[in-house]
Amino acid sequence: MMAQYASILFSMILVNNFVLVKFLGICPFLGVSKKFDSAVGMGAAVTLVMVLAIAVTWPIQQLLVAWNLEYLQTIAFILVIATLVQLLEMAIKRFIPPLYDSLGVFLPLITTNCAVLGVAILTIDEGYSYPEALVAGLGAGLGFLLAMVLFSGVRRRLEEAEPPEVFRGTPITLIAAAITAMSFMGFSGVIDHLFGA
Amino acid sequence: MASQPPAETTQGPSYKETFTRGLLKENPSLRQMLGLCPTLAVTTAVFNGLGMGLATTFVLVCSGVVVSLLRKVIPSSVRIPAFITIIASFVTLTMMLVEAYLPALDAALGIYLPLIVVNCIVLGRAEMFASKNTPGKAAIDGLGMGIGFTISLVLMSAIRELLGAGTLMGFQIMPPFIEPMLIMVTPAGGFAVLGVLIAASVWLEKDEKRNVSRNIPGPSESLCNACPLSCGIGDPTYEDCAKVQWYERLEKSLSEANMMPKGGNERRDS
Repeated sequence: MMAQYASILFSMILVNNFVLVKFLGICPFLGVSKKFDSAVGMGAAVTLVMVLAIAVTWPIQQLLVAWNLEYLQTIAFILVIATLVQLLEMAIKRFIPPLYDSLGVFLPLITTNCAVLGVAILTIDEGYSYPEALVAGLGAGLGFLLAMVLFSGVRRRLEEAEPPEVFRGTPITLIAAAITAMSFMGFSGVIDHLFGA
Repeated sequence: MASQPPAETTQGPSYKETFTRGLLKENPSLRQMLGLCPTLAVTTAVFNGLGMGLATTFVLVCSGVVVSLLRKVIPSSVRIPAFITIIASFVTLTMMLVEAYLPALDAALGIYLPLIVVNCIVLGRAEMFASKNTPGKAAIDGLGMGIGFTISLVLMSAIRELLGAGTLMGFQIMPPFIEPMLIMVTPAGGFAVLGVLIAASVWLEKDEKRNVSRNIPGPSESLCNACPLSCGIGDPTYEDCAKVQWYERLEKSLSEANMMPKGGNERRDS
């Protein structure tokens, strides 16, 4: 049982890394990974929102299925996630001001982050049970955090590099992301060996 | 019901310019760096890239027209949720059409089809253009941006399919003695091809007036342009572009966090 959860968790972090393998959340990945602090803040905020979003959207999907309203999934999920992020921001601001200082700035900007909606839809498509879906959300968030932190280190090196002029800025960042993604390809198969799934 | 007086752009761009600027000058994925997730994710084959581009174009045009028609009715404080609802409705419609008539495409695009709803191009055009212009112009703008997006998707998927599988639209193109470069259809290849394509588009315009060389090229009018979080414009609490305020808040919080001994993220339980 534990092995199953661990398998989901690690496959979401390493093998199916949301940023580097599934291409979800590319905009914050390229935008906020310049500094280590903001990379960690963004990654933590996304992890928090992903788990909470699944905690809310999974039961909603059961309601939609019960009422034969599956076609409303996209509309329902995006509105629920947007509302959730808004409420979360207000709650954190009111009750945990220190956390708000470090995570709060990132919250409004991940409302329409495709990674959050993506993980909500993905766990439904995979047919996960409620605890499995929550673990998958945690894994997806941690994978995002890992990619952000790793890439912020790569970006720091890039700052001092002098690529050809046309490659400056975004293009060289994407090339660096390609090499980072290549390193994550090495993880495919690891999970099968570890957990025999 | 204090509906915000929409700033009608009387001296705005002509229909022709509205249409053509999305094609190259303000190309969504190569110039404005919007909608990079689908650009990278579905471009392993031309069929998928074309389908994704056309689906996004359909959503762009339809949501642009509806947002424009309702621009005087929607109060500005709830405009982002309203736009998202309109966009999500058309995305759902698109999903149903694709599922019914192109099941192969539906299987290939998977979760990226519903994710059109969070594609920043769509919300960006609704916020920056459709909510300030007439329905006709909004439709032309959506069409231009959509076709520009489709062109870059097709271009990118053509490169990846040709090099990675040796085929185009499923037909064998490369002579059999050339081994397909499998790396091209993997995620790593996606990042690399997009990086080279963007560099090429910068190089193409190098002779023209290009005042931004280091940063993301694009029009200053674009909401998401050079925004650190391009995908996060859907913020209902801000009256104006979230970008400026976001920068201010980020700078503030980062400078405050640096004062602390261990950085901001370990002060959870104070």
